[in-house]
Parts: sequence; structure tokens; C-alpha cells
Amino acid sequence: MSASQQPPQLYAAREPIFPKRVSGAFRNLKWIIMIVTLGIYYITPWIRWDRGPSLPDQAVLLDLGGRRFFFFWIEIWPHEFYFVAGLLIMAGLGLFLFTSALGRVWCGYACPQTVWTDLFYTVERWIEGDRNARLRLFKAKWDARKIRLRVIKYITWFLIAVATGGAWVFYFTDAPTLLVDLFTLNAHPVAYTTIGILTATTFVFGGFMREQVCIYMCPWPRIQAAMMDEDTLTVAYRDWRGEPRGKHRKGADADQLGDCIDCMACVNVCPVGIDIRDGQQMECITCALCIDACDDIMDKIGKPRGLIDYMALTDEANERAGNEKKPIWKHIFRPRTILYTTLWSAIGVALVVLLFVRSPIDVTISPIRNPQFVTLSDGSIRNTYDLRIRNMQHDDREFHVSITSDEILRVELEGTSTLGVTVPADSTQLQRVYVIARPVDPAAEADVTDFRFWVEDQVSGERTFGDTVFNGRGN
Amino acid sequence: MSDDKHPEEQILQEGDPNTTGHVWDGIKEFDNPMPRWWLWTFYGCIVWAVIYTVLYPAWPLVNGATAGLLGYSTRAEVAEEIATFDAVNDPLRVQLESTELADVSSDAELHNFAVQGGGAIFRTWCAQCHGSGAAGAVGYPNLLDDDWLWGGTLDDIHYTISHGIRNEEDLNAHYSQMTAFDEILSDEEIDAVVAYVRNISGQEADATLASTGETVYLDNCASCHLDDGTGDRFIGAPNLTDAIWLYGGDEAALEQTVRYARFGVMPSWQNRLSESEIRSVAIYVHSLGGGE
Repeated sequence: MSASQQPPQLYAAREPIFPKRVSGAFRNLKWIIMIVTLGIYYITPWIRWDRGPSLPDQAVLLDLGGRRFFFFWIEIWPHEFYFVAGLLIMAGLGLFLFTSALGRVWCGYACPQTVWTDLFYTVERWIEGDRNARLRLFKAKWDARKIRLRVIKYITWFLIAVATGGAWVFYFTDAPTLLVDLFTLNAHPVAYTTIGILTATTFVFGGFMREQVCIYMCPWPRIQAAMMDEDTLTVAYRDWRGEPRGKHRKGADADQLGDCIDCMACVNVCPVGIDIRDGQQMECITCALCIDACDDIMDKIGKPRGLIDYMALTDEANERAGNEKKPIWKHIFRPRTILYTTLWSAIGVALVVLLFVRSPIDVTISPIRNPQFVTLSDGSIRNTYDLRIRNMQHDDREFHVSITSDEILRVELEGTSTLGVTVPADSTQLQRVYVIARPVDPAAEADVTDFRFWVEDQVSGERTFGDTVFNGRGN
Repeated sequence: MSDDKHPEEQILQEGDPNTTGHVWDGIKEFDNPMPRWWLWTFYGCIVWAVIYTVLYPAWPLVNGATAGLLGYSTRAEVAEEIATFDAVNDPLRVQLESTELADVSSDAELHNFAVQGGGAIFRTWCAQCHGSGAAGAVGYPNLLDDDWLWGGTLDDIHYTISHGIRNEEDLNAHYSQMTAFDEILSDEEIDAVVAYVRNISGQEADATLASTGETVYLDNCASCHLDDGTGDRFIGAPNLTDAIWLYGGDEAALEQTVRYARFGVMPSWQNRLSESEIRSVAIYVHSLGGGE
């Protein structure tokens, strides 16, 4: 580097972005998705679901204290956490599928960062006006009007941010009770802290960080880059049709120019502040607003739509060679996306099947191995087991404990002379169980003897089992 | 195409300041400036760290560390949590001390409190001799089985824990001592009585020797271990007819016992543990499978 050159800047300030209002098919789609996703987020905790007197009547509830997850008619206990793992795998595969077919479609339409930033931009537009008005306001000196508009904007953002953080905590406890507690200052400090943190992140990420979150903070765009291929649909500019760009002034040599009139409409609407005509860029979240903006201009100047369009990499070579572009469904239906769909569906079907075949009773057996066996005064050998019997039904149940084995073994329960265990509704009961072999029985002298515990619901007759071993003197 | 519209062509030029100069398979690396808010975040973290070290214990000194302005300490926090926990359990403790031991099991919450608490106390104070699983060892009784030297009811266990065994500091401790027969009986008589004891406990023994031993037994041992050998819990004389041997049931161990006797001791716990703790341990031990 020569001495005359400026040393490179190590840090750069964020370039403020003032996206212009746009209307069109993709903008409408984004409005719908925004309303649906925000609606789900804010309304879900308020849906009621009758589960009887002993359980919460909130349709969707993550009861961390009670270690239960309620989702409408489904109730997940900690030992069934594989359902959550399965759902996460499905979410992952779903993102793979959408990314390989439609590129960063998650980023452009459904990501909370995009939805809330879009909402914050909408508020900004309502209060301060569209792009040009906002640019003027940005450059204007601080006067009463500017202060008034900024204060109104920040207060509105702040209220949205509080509502965002406020809605989150309702998923973890009874929403109507918590709402009252929050206002009467009786809620748990964790609720206030959570609301505070989420209010701060929503306010800062939606109001100020915006595209910086996507470009510098989020790892997902970098991962998505690895999932795209030449058939993935992304937002692109047909430079073979648009270039050389130029204003179509009267008297100018219009036939020498391409379709792009360099009106900057695509740049002005971009929420991440790029020029799509420079080609694919890592900042682009494929929100497709530039497509809407350009189509609008093309309609006005009487040129065909689609100068900026959803396209795959293979389309470029085809179109440059003058061939027809592949239909979109051919880009989407290919081995990779079919494989993702198959895996996604397979896990989905497996989870649904599991949901219907899962037993409302369950037993976990912990053999006590300290010591492995106890010799009784008559020479009998006794093994001890801790049985955890889970009753997922909403009423108390009496269970009968028994064993089956090829050898002769006797079973006894600690603290009772019967073989019945009463497990209260929606809970797990620990029961110590003794299994005894008389001195004359082969199991007493053997190394290990396999046997099976049976736990039978005395009301419904439903039963479940667990296999374990009996340690004899030979062990 | 003009250069300013297509920066990708610019960056391919030699020595371009926008690349780091690194090339991998023809791919060059941009040298873009970092976002400035990263720098501010970094400075913010430094400020945070300084404030943190002032407010919380942080800087190591020769004897300890700076305490911090907030006076926070994990030790104090633990002590506070334990105090809170004790306060919550206080009613249960009071209830445990005023309830008949035999009635505790009818109150599920109280019983659970006693068993869980007793287990923790057992593993702290009793496991050194009786083992963490309460299975004992040679000379230290197995508390899981159905054989008790001094009785296996809740009250018996409670008494034993409170006062100990052969403990001279506690006048109420169980106390008994077997005679050492080394100089009282002849070697032949000792061999015979060992054979007899093995015989009545169902082990292999020389039948002739055993029948001689019966006379020796009835003359010397039956006063404590009773005529039929089933022992006497009142004086802690073990049952010799069962399958359980505190010091071993083989010939060598039995001969050792007869010649030199045994003298197992257990401390008294009434001055070290509270009444509710002793009751908890008694209930815990009683619940391990051998309780009477």
C-alpha cells in the first residue's frame, strides 16, 4: 500500500436505511404473514382448554415448575421429551426444505426479526411519513416537530416492545392470573426480568439494529448458504434484459438501452439497503419487495414484468442462450427437496403414531445394587427394586404389582402387606419392592435370573411392564 | 458495463485495498470494515466488567478477594437457602417429634420427610460403619436383613441409635459381653462346640463332634444363647441357628469368636443428633426391608 493511500477504515457506521412504501403481490403476502404470525404469538396464551379441576386450563402452557407441557389435548411429561426433540428435528428439516427450494424465504417472510422490523418500519412510516419525508426529517435540525415525531415514534415502539416481552411470559403460567399480578406488582421477579430483557431486545433490534442483526449477528444465513444450489429460487435481476440501463429520455437512443430505466425503485424499497442489480448479495433476505417495486414500474412504462424476479441460477444460462426458463415446479420438485419432504413426513407420522399409542401408565425400574442382594435369616436371597409408577390419568389409580419369571420368585412391597400401590392423579409414585428367592429355589444360587415386572391398572385393566434381573448368591 | 456498477470486477484487480490479499482457489477475501457498533459493544463490555468487579467479589488479594460493594457471597446465599429450607421444614420436625413412631407411616408427607431426611443423615453419620447401602460389613451389622441383635421395631432401633452399643459414656447404652472361652474350655471342647453351632445353623459339621459339642454348648453357652440357640435380644445374644453371621460362620471365624469373644461398639447419638434426626434415621433404617 502506497503512502498516499488512506489507511483502511477498521470500523464503519451503519448506513441509515429509509425503505419506501411499496404495494404488490409479495407485499400483500408479507402483510398476511405478519398478521397471522403476530396473531398466533399474541393470542395463543389466551386460548382456554378445560382439563378438569386439578390441571391448568390454558391451551398452550409450558409449566416449568410442574414439569409439564400442555398443548391443547396433548400433555407431555419429562420422560416424553422425545416429542420435543422430534418437533425440533422437524423444524430443522422444514427449514432445510424451504431453504433448498426457496432460498432465504424464512428470512424474508417469517423470521421474527423480519416481522417485527417490518412492523417497526410500518409504525415509522405512519408517524414520520414515507421515504422522502423520513430522509428530510433525518437531515433536519432538531426542532419541536422533529422532537415530537421522534418521541411519538419511540413511545409507540416501546409499547410494542413491552407487549412483545409481555406476551412471552404468558406461555409459562396462567395468563389471566399473571396479567392481574403484573399490574398489581405481585408477579414473580423472573416475569418482570423476562419482560424487561425482551422489551429491550425488541426495541433495539426492531428499531435500531434491524438488518444488522441479519448481517452480523445471525448464524442462520451463513448456514442457509450451504443449503442452496443452482435450482434454488432466489430474488435476482435479469441484467441481460435490463442492461445497459438508462433513462428513456425523448431523443435518446432508446433501442440501445435495456429495460432498466435506472429509477432506483428497487433500491428505495429495500429493507437491507442493497442494490439487487449488483447480483446476489449476502445481505439479501429475499423479501421480494424489489420485485413488487419493479413490476409496478414495468407496468407503467409498458414493459413486461419480471425484470427482477424469483429465479434459479440455471435460469440465467438458459435465458442468456435464448431458451425458455424452466417452470418453477421443476425447480422445486427435485430429489433433494423430495428427500427432505419424505424425512419430514416420516418423523411427523412417527410422532403422531407415538402420540396415539403411548400408554397413560408407565413404570421405571431401578434395581438397588448396593448391595446386590441381602441374605435373610432363613437363607433366602432378597433383591430390592425402586419402582417409579407414573399415572398420567387425571384421577387416582390403584396399581397391582406382579412378576413373571421362569423361576420361582416372591414379590413384596415395602410398607404394605398387599401388592397394591395407589398413585395419585397426574403424578409419579416411588415404591420400594422386594423380590425373594427361597434357599431351595434355583434363583437363589444362580448368577442372574431374568424376570419381568408387571404393573396393572386395577380400574382400566391396562398394564405395562419392565424387564430386569434378580441377582442370586452366584453373582 | 462501467466499473462502478460492478464491484466484483474491481476486486479482482491486483493490490485492491478492498481485499485482504488472501486467495483460495481464485476466491479473494473482502477486507470490509467491522460495524462500528461492534466496537461500542466491546467498550460496553469493558465498562460492564469494571462495574462488575466493583460490585461483586472479584480481585484476588493475599488472603481472599475484594468483597464487592453489594456484599454478595455464595456462602451467605447457601446459608440463607438452608435457613429458608429449615424454616419450611420446622413444622414437620415438630410434628415428627410429637408423633408416635409407629404412627408416622400413616401420614405420607411426614413419612416421606423422615425417610428422605433419615437417608441423608444415615449417609453422613452411619455409612462409615454400616455402608452407604446399609449392608454393613464383617463386624458391622447389615441393617437390610431381618436379623436384629437388639430388636428391629421402630422403638428398638430408635433406642439403639440414641444410646449406642457397649458405650461407656452412656449408662443407658445396650451392654453385654460374651465370655472369652480360650482359657475355660479345652481345644477339643472348642472344636466340638464350633461343630455343634455349625450343625444347628444348617452348615456342614462332623456329626460325632457336634454331639459332643451339644453338652459343651448347654453347659457354657445356653445361658445367653438359649437352649435352642436362638439367642436373646434382651442381652444382644445373637441367634446362632440362622443364616446370618456378623463375624462369619466358617470354622475359623467361629473358633475365634468362642476363644476370644467379640466386642462390637456403636456410639450414642443422642448428644450429636437432634431427636427429630434420630427419629428420621430410625424410620429410614426401619424402611430398608428388615423393619419389624
